[in-house]
Amino acid sequence: MNIVFGMTYILPWPLSIASEGTLSIVEMVVIALVYLGIFSVAGLFLVLMERRVAAWFQLRIGPNRVGFQGLLQTMADALKLVSKELTGTVKSDKFLYNLAPYFVIVTALMALAVIPFTKDFHAFDINIGIFFLIAVSSIGVIGVLLGGWSSNNKFALIGAMRSGVQTISYELSIGLSLLTMILITGTLQLSEIIEVQKNGWLIVQGHIPAIIAFMIYMIAGTAETNRAPFDMVEAESELGAGFHTEYSGMKFAYFFLAEFINMFIIAAIATTIFFGGWLSPFGITESIPWLGVFWFLLKTLVLVFLMMWFRWTFPRLRVDQLLTLEWKYLLPLNLMNIVLMALMVWGGLLIRF
Amino acid sequence: MEKIIFYSLALIMIVFAIASVISRKMLRSVIYLLFVLAGIAGIYFLIDYNFLAAIQLTIYAGGIIVLIIFSVLLVHHIELELAIPKISKQIITVLGCLIGLGVFLVTIYGHEFNVIENNNTTTTAEIGTLLLSYETGGFILPFEVVSVLLLAAMIGAIVIAKGKKLIDKNDETI
Repeated sequence: MNIVFGMTYILPWPLSIASEGTLSIVEMVVIALVYLGIFSVAGLFLVLMERRVAAWFQLRIGPNRVGFQGLLQTMADALKLVSKELTGTVKSDKFLYNLAPYFVIVTALMALAVIPFTKDFHAFDINIGIFFLIAVSSIGVIGVLLGGWSSNNKFALIGAMRSGVQTISYELSIGLSLLTMILITGTLQLSEIIEVQKNGWLIVQGHIPAIIAFMIYMIAGTAETNRAPFDMVEAESELGAGFHTEYSGMKFAYFFLAEFINMFIIAAIATTIFFGGWLSPFGITESIPWLGVFWFLLKTLVLVFLMMWFRWTFPRLRVDQLLTLEWKYLLPLNLMNIVLMALMVWGGLLIRF
Repeated sequence: MEKIIFYSLALIMIVFAIASVISRKMLRSVIYLLFVLAGIAGIYFLIDYNFLAAIQLTIYAGGIIVLIIFSVLLVHHIELELAIPKISKQIITVLGCLIGLGVFLVTIYGHEFNVIENNNTTTTAEIGTLLLSYETGGFILPFEVVSVLLLAAMIGAIVIAKGKKLIDKNDETI
């Protein structure tokens, strides 16, 4: 495994004399812990961002009392959730009930590992990067299905079934819209995709079909993360809280955090594929590589803001409208878009600086 | 290091494969099966065959297991347990499994495996080129045949799912 991370030489001295095998294990553990830290901090911060954005859209102020501008609010919420009692229904399948949150969490973490934050801050630069992301994200839905079924609650089951239908359908659109961009790059490896974008971000290189692909990707990505306007999985007005109705305390928080991390991952993939990842606009800070994190997070947060904007602007769709949108509009559009992009790459109609 | 990972993966796979067969709750056995399939993907990752590992995760873990879970969700209630079959059936199944295992073992041990020192990772570009090549060693014919087969299956599924119209439009007697 190619872990590109200069972790070995900042370890404390007792480990520097240990054998190579131990060192590599320690390295893996340290990287995993770093990513767990990123995971929880980013998740909590995004929850706060969502609440502030929601408040802004509804002409309220939002949480601003705990810490500067409410920065510690979600930390306090998480502490409260940890201390809460874990409840469950009587005849639930306890094993699956407890297993379900981990599916969601682990797949989100695995997807986080392949995302390039900068050139060096990239834990797992695998040669099938995007395909790995799609493969991993297709497993996350199992957690939702299990959680809904094993709660032994009708509303939770309905929520889980809706989630399954929705995720399976919209996965196609995500895959195909990313495939459209792969036609330009000719590689699936995320670091090489960013290399290609040194001649202009892919959304500029591919102009019309790239913009169509980006729009389809954002719609499908919003649906994949089960967020409004595609939140029939949780639809408060009909289903209580959907598949996690019966979850309480930290187990609920796992689902909740994973939802926000998935939103971050969708935005991060869009940043990497369409907007040049950690590359700065017009190469203005090319001489300072560590600023890549700043650019990456800036672009990602703008896209996350876009998804929050969706949530507080559009009303919820019905199930049949959701499926019609995917199978009758997005999918044919996507297939035509791929052909268009292939013709453009073949005819050399890309814009390259 | 690799040995430890391999044997722990193998142990996990065997334990969950047995658990999947003997569990009396249907959805639990599906999840055990998922662990077995994920273990196979792990072994592909171990030998650096990333593409096949991702295919394994997408098709088996993400596709087939989700479909099985769906069908279980539709037909199975949480309190139901699978019935224990008769002793005679159990014996016949055990015998059948043992014969199958024997055939596998004889085939595997009757074949000589050559260890090839191969450090190259197979890239998707190579797979794609080979899949569409019509020269020696190319897979264009099976590829096309499979695509026609899938098209036929898809049309068949649509025809079955559509069913026949309940009310005939030309029938004006209603």
